[in-house]
Amino acid sequence: MAGSSVSVDYSEAMATAPIASGDWLVIAPILITMLGGAVCLMLRKNTDIQAKMGIALLGLLVLASLGLLIRVLDHGVITMVMGSWLPPFGIALTADALGATLTLIGAIVAFCAGVYGASTVDSTGRRYGFYPFLLLLMTGVSGAFLTADIFNLYVWFEVLLISSYGLLILGNDRIQLDGAVKYGVLNLVGTNLFLIATGLLYGIFGTLNMADIAIKVAELENPASGTLATVAALYFLAFAMKAAAFPVNFWLPASYHTPNIVVSAVFAGLLTKVGVYALIRIFVLILPESRIFMSDVIGWVAIVTLLTGAIGALAQSEVRRLLGYLVIAGIGSMLAGVAVGSVLAVSGAIFYAVHSIIVMTALYMASGIMNLLGGSYDLRKLGGLYQKNVTFAGVFLVLVFAVSGLPPFSGFWPKVILVDAAFQDDRVWLGAAILISGFLTTLAMGRVWIYAFWRGGPEGTPDGQTAQSVVTDTSQLTGAAVWLPLGILTALIIYFGLQPEWMLELSTQGASGVVDPLGYVRSVFGGEG
Amino acid sequence: MRTIIFRTIAPYLAALMVLFSIFVLLRGHNEPGGGFIGGLIAASALAIYGIACGVASVRRAIVFHPMGVAGFGLFIGALAGTLSFFKNQAFMTSQWLIFDLFGVEIPLSTPLVFDIGVYLVVVGAIGSIALALEERETD
Amino acid sequence: METGVSILIGLFFAVAVYLMLSKQLVRMLLGIAILGNAVNMLIFTNGRLTREVPPLIPEHLYVPEIATANPLPQALVLTAIVISFSFFAFLLVLAFRAYQELGTDEVNRMRVAEPENDQTPPQGY
Repeated sequence: MAGSSVSVDYSEAMATAPIASGDWLVIAPILITMLGGAVCLMLRKNTDIQAKMGIALLGLLVLASLGLLIRVLDHGVITMVMGSWLPPFGIALTADALGATLTLIGAIVAFCAGVYGASTVDSTGRRYGFYPFLLLLMTGVSGAFLTADIFNLYVWFEVLLISSYGLLILGNDRIQLDGAVKYGVLNLVGTNLFLIATGLLYGIFGTLNMADIAIKVAELENPASGTLATVAALYFLAFAMKAAAFPVNFWLPASYHTPNIVVSAVFAGLLTKVGVYALIRIFVLILPESRIFMSDVIGWVAIVTLLTGAIGALAQSEVRRLLGYLVIAGIGSMLAGVAVGSVLAVSGAIFYAVHSIIVMTALYMASGIMNLLGGSYDLRKLGGLYQKNVTFAGVFLVLVFAVSGLPPFSGFWPKVILVDAAFQDDRVWLGAAILISGFLTTLAMGRVWIYAFWRGGPEGTPDGQTAQSVVTDTSQLTGAAVWLPLGILTALIIYFGLQPEWMLELSTQGASGVVDPLGYVRSVFGGEG
Repeated sequence: MRTIIFRTIAPYLAALMVLFSIFVLLRGHNEPGGGFIGGLIAASALAIYGIACGVASVRRAIVFHPMGVAGFGLFIGALAGTLSFFKNQAFMTSQWLIFDLFGVEIPLSTPLVFDIGVYLVVVGAIGSIALALEERETD
Repeated sequence: METGVSILIGLFFAVAVYLMLSKQLVRMLLGIAILGNAVNMLIFTNGRLTREVPPLIPEHLYVPEIATANPLPQALVLTAIVISFSFFAFLLVLAFRAYQELGTDEVNRMRVAEPENDQTPPQGY
């Protein structure tokens, strides 16, 4: 530095070896979305350019995440230390199979949402910042999936939270403000709990690097001590709040149906899964003893979440709120995987997360199309959509099967794995709850299909007759913008259902990477571990 | 609020605060100060000017929309980190450029660019919230 | 020193929880602001309180000469303050907008998104 004559050996604190340019893929998803989001923010008046640029950047994000995943599969876990400061002092970004997979799936979903939004978000919504906020949301989501530092995880959570606020109040409607208040307040309390736990964890270990904590936890003499149990309980509460697990799930059905439908689709796909991802990271990777200590609690929370989600869905007549409850039911399945904690169970949870991200986004997008075709989100006012669009009816039936966990679609395999893992671990009730929840979901979604598609018209239409079709504005349905994303996501669902080997292998690799963190630790600390 | 004393003094006060915020921003590398605190001072300068002379004149004075300013700050902040890509170093590794100007050594660095980015983000984001709140107050 | 601050943190948490349990949105926001401060103090105390010199390195040196205060919690707290400050500002604007649009700041009466007599789905085909 300037004017210094003292010679200092930097190699103890800084990485001096040159970085392969391929390793920059670790930061690429964050950089692309952050730079792109910044440019889109500056272009706030030019809504058309914003849309084109946003979609192009999200496409680039998909490619970068794909490259990252391929590199992780080829080279193993890769780490990049920010500013060359070595961990545990510097912040490290680490991509393992779990993080890279979820980043890729998240990128695909965001790309689909960007394309879908080109049609359903009008220029007012774009001026309020749909594309910048979507890109910055993806910055937060990718950052959360890739970071190896627990305080950095908190920062990414806040990045995605502030962007989600922006997306939630896109139109400034009364109903959106109402939903946003509940969403905002409860999520802020959740992140504060996360911060409390992180502060206590730092007090215990004096480090915030996940790999470093994992090492120090393994060296602890009394891993089930009171302080650590408090930390674990706080983390569980914080992430359960983020993931909308029972009994802290009430913000989700109160807010997820209020924004623009494409925003709901992204939220339902991604946000709660980031919470589940953090749970897997914390409880399986860095605090395994606390997971064993808390596994009964997590298991029962999973059971009740599964059942409240499914029963709540049965009681709704508003399609979007019904789907919101199905998001909660899905969270229950993933929690079941965390509760059991074996490689098999965690791989089931990861596969289920991938499936849930895709299927929930697709379902919300499909419900948007139902609204465009039938003029309402209310089951009592919908009907006769089968006559209007047979292909769409077929696609929706695929989604119904997938979300209920019926073969041959993507929901089937992770449920098989999770039930199997639960029975192997002698948690009969957990396995049973997954099955019962799947059954109730089949009822709820089957009813949606029967009422909205199969019957002739809205409530009151005589049996066997077709009602006068509702005149709706179908101008948004003519282009490819709404059909292409739905098509991509449905194709993925069918592909993962018929050819699950690839995803199974990926999720097993991700699961064994967190259950046995040796590779992760080695990557962060440069081979010594 | 809008007494004649306040209205007369506010532009000078705001100008002084902006100047001081830049001072705080630049001394931030090795001493207390930096982009965030500088940005806060500048944003409060905008807020004071807005209270005294109306939000419209603030918006005219800063030319760009505050969110655009924030976007630009985010952009250069992130860009400053990527320069190390060309030297095969990790993201955000600081790069230095030291040159002499009339015998005075001037060190320029990517952390400085990053700090300016932070400054602009804070000015833009906090400024836009402050202006939005002041606008509501009047109508 | 730590004990005293811990008791203070506990008080802060108690006040925050009490305010957040209120029905008025403004009180809840005040509670959240106090909660943020409680969390910040907690992180700060967790980094161990030392009444030493500030963690600044003199110009001609590369390491501090004597033991200084732990700089990491200060950095963490600064980050957390920045974030909670901006969230609080945002939520204030949001609450104000919600008050204007919904005409109430009592959470029990904010039922636009979840209407009170929401009907059940159709019972028969």
